[in-house]
Amino acid sequence: MQVTVLYFAWLRERIGQPREVVETGAITVADLVAELAARSEGHALAFADLTSLRVALDQELSDFAAPLAAAREVAFFPPMTGG
Amino acid sequence: MAVRVQSAPFDAGAEQAQFAAGLRQAGAVVTFTGLVRDNGGTLAAMEIEHYPGMTERAIAAMVEQAQARFGLEAALVIHRHGRLLPQEAIMMVATAAPHRADAFAAAEFLMDYLKSRAPFWKKEIGAGGAVWVAAKDADEDALRRW
Repeated sequence: MQVTVLYFAWLRERIGQPREVVETGAITVADLVAELAARSEGHALAFADLTSLRVALDQELSDFAAPLAAAREVAFFPPMTGG
Repeated sequence: MAVRVQSAPFDAGAEQAQFAAGLRQAGAVVTFTGLVRDNGGTLAAMEIEHYPGMTERAIAAMVEQAQARFGLEAALVIHRHGRLLPQEAIMMVATAAPHRADAFAAAEFLMDYLKSRAPFWKKEIGAGGAVWVAAKDADEDALRRW
């Protein structure tokens, strides 16, 4: 399955790109994170502490235990600071 | 109900006047405008990143919830992104309800949700470099009252 992965804020800076398209067999978000973390040192560093990260599946907030199901767009980012 | 996510500046006074002019039944309008704090003169600029698409969806969902919960006649959320200077307006919320308690509560509700559930990230640019603003536990705690 092909998914578009998006990164924002310091996560984007640490990984060095705003998006990448990946081929994955991951069942859950956590499985996908494990695959991404193995891609480079920057990825590993960015995903070192999942408690400081949030995830959205197809633009809806989700969590790391959630199944990827048919999600096409997976976004990772730090806790939001709007307002 | 209107949601605008934009990089351009806005005139909070003109927005409020236009918002009020469109009302038919409301007896109360509450507006809140958030400005860039200059951190005691140390801030050169603030950069706000967002997640195009999700930002609009997330805010529209909050506004819908606020409308249903507080019986709003109208609501407006404007939130900027990009590079902003100290004292520039970052965002505004306007709510209109039959009575003030609901208008105030709805504005607080929207502010609390915008802080922690709208996909924006602030970066402060100062003399010493750039720092991503960390989310505060207090902002997350504020959601529990709703």
